Amino acid sequence: MVMEIVCPAGTPAALRAAVKAGAHTVYCGFNDETNARNFPGLNFSRSEMRDGVAFAHDHGAKVLVAINTFPRAGDEVIWHHAISDADACGANAVILADPGLLDHASRNHPRLRRHLSVQAAAANADIINFYAKTFDVKRVVLPRVLSVPEIAAINAETTVETEVFVFGGLCVMAEGRCSLSSYATGLSPNMNGVCSPASHVDYAEDQGALDARLGGYLIHRVEKGQPAPYPTLCKGCFSAGDKTGHLFEDPVSLNAERLIPQLHKAGVTALKIEGRQRSKSYVAQVVRNFRAAVDALEAGRPLPEGMLARLSEGQAMTTGAYKKTWR
Amino acid sequence: MSHPQNPIPHCPAALAAMLRVVPLAPLSLSLTVFSRRIAQNNPGLVQRLGEYDRTGFVLDPTDLPIVMCLNPNGGLPKVTLCRQPSKGAARISGPLAALLGLVHGAFDGDALFFSRDLVVEGDTGAALALRNAIDDAELNLAQEATALSGPFARPVQQLIAFAERQTGLCLNRPEDSVIW
Amino acid sequence: MDLTIGPNQFFWAADRWSEFYDDLAQAPANRVVIGELVCSKRLPFYQDRIPEAVSRLLEAGKEVALTSLALVTLKRERKLTTELAEMGVTVEINDLTVLAYLPEGCAFWVGPLVNVYNEGTLRWLAARGAKRVCLPPELPLESVATLVRAAEDLGVAIEVWGHGRLPLAISGRCYHARLHGRTKDNCQFACEEDADGLDVLTRDGKPFMATNGVQTLSDSYACTDYQIETLRSAGVSALRLSPHSNGFTRLCTLYRQRIDHNLAPGDLAHEILSTNPGTRLSDGFLTGEFGAEWSGTKPQ
Repeated sequence: MVMEIVCPAGTPAALRAAVKAGAHTVYCGFNDETNARNFPGLNFSRSEMRDGVAFAHDHGAKVLVAINTFPRAGDEVIWHHAISDADACGANAVILADPGLLDHASRNHPRLRRHLSVQAAAANADIINFYAKTFDVKRVVLPRVLSVPEIAAINAETTVETEVFVFGGLCVMAEGRCSLSSYATGLSPNMNGVCSPASHVDYAEDQGALDARLGGYLIHRVEKGQPAPYPTLCKGCFSAGDKTGHLFEDPVSLNAERLIPQLHKAGVTALKIEGRQRSKSYVAQVVRNFRAAVDALEAGRPLPEGMLARLSEGQAMTTGAYKKTWR
Repeated sequence: MSHPQNPIPHCPAALAAMLRVVPLAPLSLSLTVFSRRIAQNNPGLVQRLGEYDRTGFVLDPTDLPIVMCLNPNGGLPKVTLCRQPSKGAARISGPLAALLGLVHGAFDGDALFFSRDLVVEGDTGAALALRNAIDDAELNLAQEATALSGPFARPVQQLIAFAERQTGLCLNRPEDSVIW
Repeated sequence: MDLTIGPNQFFWAADRWSEFYDDLAQAPANRVVIGELVCSKRLPFYQDRIPEAVSRLLEAGKEVALTSLALVTLKRERKLTTELAEMGVTVEINDLTVLAYLPEGCAFWVGPLVNVYNEGTLRWLAARGAKRVCLPPELPLESVATLVRAAEDLGVAIEVWGHGRLPLAISGRCYHARLHGRTKDNCQFACEEDADGLDVLTRDGKPFMATNGVQTLSDSYACTDYQIETLRSAGVSALRLSPHSNGFTRLCTLYRQRIDHNLAPGDLAHEILSTNPGTRLSDGFLTGEFGAEWSGTKPQ
């Protein structure tokens, strides 16, 4: 089976671009706090979602709706509506993280396919099988803390499909288990669907240097002409003891293009591209590259050379946790 | 697509020189009419701005002697060109070609920003909303300009034709094959 | 409202570890969660001390639970977690993986690293046997109040993070090892050098976070001095105090006094700051705009 390319779409235009560029599957979210990319100007209204799903289906592609934040106490109904609306729009599956929401979906929308979001950070076969048994989860998006051999071991112990990130922004923390952002800004991925939100970013040029702050904390200072990474907390430059540097992670982005054959061998079903916040031109180019790669793999041809460096944050790439030495 | 081997063109001196002398008030008025037409034809664009639909944006083509102040004004946009540095809640500066390429989906905003071809100052959330709204709208400025009529049409059309002739800037939505 | 002592987040030498729990037996806390939360590699160094500490705490009249790891990944960690479920002591789950091993209906506690953000999740956990839930520290007061109301009907006691450096993130990567130019597998237990975590500052010198192996904590120590009345009237059943290396039993006493109205609002924080000058406190997750905020710097 050819590996499935699961591609992000922050706007209807990006969805169409992704489908035309060869995405097997597109994932997107509603324009509210129910999804983990709740950024200004992004995401889908209900009618845009309906049209987007119809467009994708007409072109033989699937649509997954990410409802992967953790519902706010007292307001769960907003998240419940998102699930029923995704169902009504004809979505092929919903991507969920919150156990309460999974429970709700499995009771009230048993026929709507459920995927476990990376935000659930299900990092071993036992918990994955538990989610499958308890909520009939069909696919799990694996957290970005696992090496390729560990992924292979998980696949050997579960029949749940696995989906792994291969390109884009890289969380160094276990997803869904991080409140660095709300500590500095009051807004978090779990509660608000944003990490290091743009509303709290401040860039200021100072004598040829560019300071990037988040919620008043200096995250980066780059000299004139240097690449300027977005001030994501865990990619910042900090001091500890007598050392100064990127304590958590360098401003790199994930590119596991070269690992596709190994991931295939490890039993991975789908390759996920991060970046619902990126433009449609980005989405289309990345999809083209990865589609060409999986098609080449399927036909037994060598992988085409990658051309994606310039699209990345800070323009440096890593294979992340897929190689064990990353830890 | 913005590959290192495919650098962003620089706006030539001729256009910059022209903008140093032409009166800006009529041009501002024309651009206001032009932007209202775009807003009217693309209602999703202003909707996507959400809470930022009345934010003052300063668009600063760094290779031109002017800046453009844009206020979406809840769907009835207003454009003012200035020669002095101007204030706004969010400022996006970079070569004209980068700004136009962004509008036409020829460049990825994040990639331009990471490479510092574009610089955002002030309210980053507002700048992001504008970027995302424009990215979804699939605008074609040249086509929109051609469709303009009335007294305001000529200055905009002339400006665009001139710019395109002189610069090879991205003023039309490129076909897929050209972009990637 | 009473006091629960959370599991020690840091890596202390076995003797220091034992001494801490000996002292704690005398502290005015009602229950203690014990065991390794952060990194499975630390456990062999003090594992054999746990049974003794547990019996001492039980003798002192405290309820005791054993914590699970915060992130269960490796085969060894899964085995550890299975054993935990079979030990016959109450388990506090800090990774849902434990539920895969606990017999259905078996009573357990839920720690602050499990994402209990809403009534649906609370209900689901209660149905599986949860009796006590310490809410995630990032929850605002309104959510706490809503969840306490829901918990009353479910027979679940709700705890709130009361004091200590906030657990902000957990990772597959060890930052202590990275800082020393090592990988996690060859960490040489660098985290043992920092009994309360290693301070992380921004490049302009502002204290921000603290690293603790694979865990990232806040620089500030959460402190609920200014929220105790509100939390009590909301129906919160316990405050959770997180172990730190200095003066911890005294801290427990101060909180007990504050809960018993023997200390006025503000006096608790004042006491903490006067004995630990340079410590920064925060309560922004509960009542502020952002987590690092502190009510003590605002006019009360």
